[in-house]
Amino acid sequence: MPDHPPFIEFRDVTKKFGDFTAVNNLSLKIYEREFFALLGGSGCGKTTLMRMLAGFETPTSGQIFLDGQDLAGIPAFRRPSNMMFQSYALFPHMSVEKNIAFGLKQDKLSASQVSDRVEEMLRLTKLEQFAKRKPHQLSGGQRQRVALARSLAKRPKVLLLDEPLGALDRKLREETQFELMNIQEELKTTFLIVTHDQEEAMTVADRIAVMDKGELVQVATPAEIYEAPNSRFVADFIGDVNLIEATVSQKSASGTRLESVCEGLAIETDQETDAGIGDRVWYAIRPEKVRIAHGRRDEDATNQINGLVWDIAYLGDVSIIHSKVGEAEKDNILRATFANVSRMVENPITWDDEVVLAFDRDAGVILRG
Amino acid sequence: MDEPVPVKRTLGGWTLIAVPYVWLLIFFLAPFLIVFKISLSQIAVAIPPYIPTFDLASGWQAFIENLGELSVENYLWLTEDDLYWKSYISSVVIAGISTFLTLLIGYPIAYGMARSPQSLRPTLLMLVILPFWTSFLIRVYAWIGILKNEGLLNQLLLAIGVIDEPLVILNTNIAVYIGIVYSYLPFLVLPLYASLERLDGSLLEAAEDLGCPPWLAFWKITLPLSLPGVIAGCFLVFIPAVGEFVIPDLLGGSDTLMIGKTLWTEFFNNRDWPVSSAVAVILLMILVIPIVLFQNQQQKIAEKEA
Amino acid sequence: MTRGPTWFNVTSLVVGFSFLYLPIVLLVIYSFNKSRLVTVWGGFSVEWYVSLLHNEQLLDAAWVTLRVAFVSASVATVLGTAAALVLVRSGRFIGRSLFSGMIFAPLVMPEVILGLSLLLLFVAMDQSRGFWTVILAHTTFAMCYVAVVVQSRLVGFDKSIEEAAEDLGCPPVKTFFLITLPIILPGVVAGWMLAFTLSLDDLVIASFTTGPGATTLPMKIYSQVRLGVTPEINAVCTILVVLVTMGVIAASLATRRQQVQKERDERTAFGAEG
Repeated sequence: MPDHPPFIEFRDVTKKFGDFTAVNNLSLKIYEREFFALLGGSGCGKTTLMRMLAGFETPTSGQIFLDGQDLAGIPAFRRPSNMMFQSYALFPHMSVEKNIAFGLKQDKLSASQVSDRVEEMLRLTKLEQFAKRKPHQLSGGQRQRVALARSLAKRPKVLLLDEPLGALDRKLREETQFELMNIQEELKTTFLIVTHDQEEAMTVADRIAVMDKGELVQVATPAEIYEAPNSRFVADFIGDVNLIEATVSQKSASGTRLESVCEGLAIETDQETDAGIGDRVWYAIRPEKVRIAHGRRDEDATNQINGLVWDIAYLGDVSIIHSKVGEAEKDNILRATFANVSRMVENPITWDDEVVLAFDRDAGVILRG
Repeated sequence: MDEPVPVKRTLGGWTLIAVPYVWLLIFFLAPFLIVFKISLSQIAVAIPPYIPTFDLASGWQAFIENLGELSVENYLWLTEDDLYWKSYISSVVIAGISTFLTLLIGYPIAYGMARSPQSLRPTLLMLVILPFWTSFLIRVYAWIGILKNEGLLNQLLLAIGVIDEPLVILNTNIAVYIGIVYSYLPFLVLPLYASLERLDGSLLEAAEDLGCPPWLAFWKITLPLSLPGVIAGCFLVFIPAVGEFVIPDLLGGSDTLMIGKTLWTEFFNNRDWPVSSAVAVILLMILVIPIVLFQNQQQKIAEKEA
Repeated sequence: MTRGPTWFNVTSLVVGFSFLYLPIVLLVIYSFNKSRLVTVWGGFSVEWYVSLLHNEQLLDAAWVTLRVAFVSASVATVLGTAAALVLVRSGRFIGRSLFSGMIFAPLVMPEVILGLSLLLLFVAMDQSRGFWTVILAHTTFAMCYVAVVVQSRLVGFDKSIEEAAEDLGCPPVKTFFLITLPIILPGVVAGWMLAFTLSLDDLVIASFTTGPGATTLPMKIYSQVRLGVTPEINAVCTILVVLVTMGVIAASLATRRQQVQKERDERTAFGAEG
């Protein structure tokens, strides 16, 4: 995609509220028909970024382009984007139909065009039987769908979704995520979603921008972000991770060797790093990539360490086993995921067991910051 | 995210601010400046009955000359004639006593409302608000028939033999207290009820669970937590009561001194506009203290809730 | 608080509400008294109501009062709603604290001061006093009450609803009339009702600001009350009390029913989701 011209572009955008910098000199390109997610904790600036695109905030400096057009000076009500609000912001005094028709009427469409489009939207969001109801007569999931239908009715160039599923319970949220993806596929509209929920971002988005303190930390596909985070922040923010402090001891064409702060754990990886010999780095490895078994490690083997089972979190499908590794007094914990593939295990790993933890050469990544 | 939002203001936005703003400047602020100015003028047999009158048509020079004729004589007069400072003191005392009595009667009512079943509360609330909508004058008037010598209260008390001769209540300060308590009771009950109703019942359960008997729990938990409501309610009774006119005029006696009544008499009967203006200015200065205290307290409550 | 009432609570409620309502009830009862001596019961009669119909001065005063109340409440509602919007929405601007001070001060200001100051303004403006000066005066203090009532409604307002309308292509002013106003309407109506009754009840401010030919009902009642209690005044007061009470009860029943309906709808909506 990057060989196309960008559909949405933020160019050196900064937004300050008094002394507080919500968005700091940020540049970002989003392409047509992408399902793009802005992911970050609260106060990271993701919502502000979206609101600037919608026209509810004015950038302190920088430019925003949509489909080649500079949006500066265009008020919210003239922008070709539509937004689905976190609170849904349904008009409480209007029926579902009227809510959906509201935007179309602003465009002075004829009555028949309006009713055709409303019907289409009701069908798309499976709300036909609720057309005459008022928002307070709907369940949370139905309200969410009305908000979606209303914001899609005008066929916006880009649909903005501000934490669209935050108010739904877990099960409904998962269903709705897939529904959103199907609708996006059907309409081929560009979707920009703001969320703090990493699972949601990973599920729905083609690409994710991870934000922190008003800046982009990493922009990549969900798989890249998970498997090859570019920083401790991203590795820690997305999913569960073991971060092992280490120093670089050898570099070669075939890979890198690290000496970790845990006594007895040397790490060999295929990854090359631009860190020099003796530099401090972190080795990030996901718990599910750590194998755990009873026993002791082979003397001098790399990517292996002895541990003592300290804690077990039984989650049903998997158990997360926390093992103490390295010097006893240091409290270094390594987490490993253990898939509960059979219902009864003859010799299960349990508290205070001596175990060996091992991983492959390509299981983790070296992070410099 | 709760960020301070600087508002983009369009022409419409400015008009929205300007219209009520200008209205209040003309009909609220400007009149006060005029009152202040006239309080520095002298009474005259003329229309309007004071000099100097500032006539804009006579130009800047005349304005300066007129300025020289202003004097603080009216204020000196207020200190010389003991009618005025006695009125001020008596107003504050009467308002203070009435506020205390209102609290004594209002607290049990608010407390009872807060303890009543949830389903009953909206009805009780409306019963408290309803008298507030009915005319003040009518409610005060209703007491005349009750309190006068041959009135219903005396008839009742004589009939059951509590007293042998009628009590003289009407046209005394006692009648004024009754009138103020009666008229302003909703003002005290409403904020007090609001703060009592918000009180978390589990606090009292926790206190009892920790070994505190109910009466002590009331004293140690309920009362301190309802204090903001008590203070707000007392201000809402005290401030308007100080400047009250209708109640002392209809229920009080000739020896009931209240500044609202004094001002009225000075203005309508003696037609001394400068002195009544000076009375108003001083009254306002007395009231500014409780008004500012009240505003601060409200501000604090609002901030705490935010 | 959730715990049940004690005997003390019940007693204080009964005594408290008797205190609040007994005087008005007695006033209503004695308006049907045949005897001219208000405090001696001489049998049931509606003759005082009949004689009211022939008291043209009183009827004139009532008519003036209603017109004053209607016009001033309507203007005050517009101004007060605007003021509430400014207070809640306009962020910071020069003189904001003066503005909010001017909104809140009339609520606690003694009426004698408000009346006196407005009268002196009208004199300074060389404005002859009467019907319109009373309206101006009532509008000014009533708009502050309206502002407070509407403000409380606006504070709980989800601003993203307005943003949604703008996002869908609706310009700001149109958004106000299509979205904001319908949603805050209950507050605006309550504000109008409050302004109307305040104007209806006011004696002090009207006395200062009125002129020949514009005597309001409270002024008429007041001048007669000073001469003594009469059953005729009781009758007038009864009519006023009954009218206002019916209005308030009707309004609150209407809101209550709306609320109950809404709650019921919400319950069924969430029940259906399963």
